Amino acid sequence: MSAATLDHTWYMSQRHLRALVRQPAYIGITIVQPIVWLLLFGSLFRKVVEIPGFGAGSYIEFLTPGVIVMSALFSNGWSGMTIIEDIDAGIMDRFLVTPVSRVAIMNGLLVQQAVVDVVQALVMVALAWTMGARFDGGAAGVGVTIGAAILLGLSFSSFSNALAPLMRTRESVIGVVQFVTLPATFLSGAVMDPNLAPGWIQAVARWNPVNWAVLAGREALGDDPDWSFIGIRLGALLILAIGCAVLSTLTFRAYQRSV
Amino acid sequence: MNGHASSWAIETHLLTRVYNGTIHALRGVTLRVAPGTIFALLGPNGAGKSTTVRILTTLSRATSGTATVAGFDVERQPDRVRRAIGCVAQRSGIDRQATGRENLALQGAIHGVRGRELSERVDALLHRFGLAGAADRMVRTWSGGMERRLAIAMALIHRPQVLFLDEPTTGLDPEIRAEMWSEIRRLSREEGLTILLTTHYMEEADQLAERLAILDRGRIVAEGTPEGLKGELRGDTIQLRLATVPDGAIGKALDRVPGLREIAVDGTTVRARANDAPSAVPAVLNALDAAGAPVASVTISRPSLEDVYLRHAGRVFGASGIEQHGAAS
Repeated sequence: MSAATLDHTWYMSQRHLRALVRQPAYIGITIVQPIVWLLLFGSLFRKVVEIPGFGAGSYIEFLTPGVIVMSALFSNGWSGMTIIEDIDAGIMDRFLVTPVSRVAIMNGLLVQQAVVDVVQALVMVALAWTMGARFDGGAAGVGVTIGAAILLGLSFSSFSNALAPLMRTRESVIGVVQFVTLPATFLSGAVMDPNLAPGWIQAVARWNPVNWAVLAGREALGDDPDWSFIGIRLGALLILAIGCAVLSTLTFRAYQRSV
Repeated sequence: MNGHASSWAIETHLLTRVYNGTIHALRGVTLRVAPGTIFALLGPNGAGKSTTVRILTTLSRATSGTATVAGFDVERQPDRVRRAIGCVAQRSGIDRQATGRENLALQGAIHGVRGRELSERVDALLHRFGLAGAADRMVRTWSGGMERRLAIAMALIHRPQVLFLDEPTTGLDPEIRAEMWSEIRRLSREEGLTILLTTHYMEEADQLAERLAILDRGRIVAEGTPEGLKGELRGDTIQLRLATVPDGAIGKALDRVPGLREIAVDGTTVRARANDAPSAVPAVLNALDAAGAPVASVTISRPSLEDVYLRHAGRVFGASGIEQHGAAS
């Protein structure tokens, strides 16, 4: 990435982060929503740890990395909305008649999402702590969980960004994103141990990137983490994030050619 | 033409643009704009004005043909073109969730203006466009006129050589439109900018442009100075308003009036040209009376760009589905 691209990424990120900070309602929801997930699932499924064969002793400790990853998935899906708004308001055209790096336009959105992911994750870790969760993996474990959530989030942001210039309407992008998020969450180990689920769910979960992120985080938060287990999943998420980012630049180029 | 590319601020050669393989937005547009001048592309909506501007500003690509802006080829050197141009689009593209100052600063930064130079340039432009007082308020709280001025300021932040104004006064109040006109003249006079503006207001092209091209259905049908184009038309325009919508017979009745040419009937409006209009009027009135089409009013005027459009595009400007500005003023 060239110096100009990094420079422009900073300017674009600044714009999005500034807009974010100026919407107190959005900040409120961003912080409250994961808290609600954690409290809701935390009390709803509290007893599942008593099921024989469930791979954890404390459900909150089990759930925390799951909800961190799930929140990242949910909020990153909205990324493409900004592209549609910018196209509709003429902001995109204004940028495109300048020499601004096209990659930086996408990067700015990704940086914004990553910042949101980190804030949400830290809030949830703090809440889980007050609810009695203790993570043997410590700061490194929290770092890996946030890293995994960011990588998954970036993939999904880029997926949403790739859809936006193709579909051009909020409704259709939201439709596709919603269609993906819930099944992707529940066909993973985010809130439930998939080992207790039917065989086909276990098979799907193996190939579900949400599950990779959850498992990597959960492993890192436990005692004596298996770093090669974590590394493989983080590596796969990184490749996915890069692939989705490339896809989003391709659809964006296709959009530019069509207008 | 070859070898002189750089002596024109904008030069296009047989530009075409086809959308979806069937819609011919441009059908071979050839233009030359001299540096430091104001050039207007005049035409109704859908004539191809915006498509031309989008190609010249590197947003769209031509299907065939070539174009250079500030001496750079839009297809092969888009980044050089982008550094040399400023652009005010119909949709301003201002971030309304940011302040005026932030919008200007971001625009400058992505053009590579940095640090003190940037803050000084931002301040100077805010002052110059009378926006200093509101600079630190969100643009969503600004008036439409202020937003328009900010859009121009943003287009100038990197000191471009060529400025594109796409329908700069559409939807503005008459006073703000007049303000915008003097601003555009000032930019051309004081900054030596080349300005290409598109408009569907005849009056705007007439007032501002040193040269203009009339675009109709993707083709340039006339090109020249406003005076020259009007001068090509001999005689005056007679415009009549009929009391009722006429039947087809009045066309034939008017054809028989000696010295009357370029007759166009649109609803209750009849336009025609005559070398000596005052003497032709009685014969016209008689002919219409005989055809059973009573006349409500008659005006005689010197040729306007509307007449030029009628002559070259073969139909009344207002009839092509566009609003006509200045009917009352």
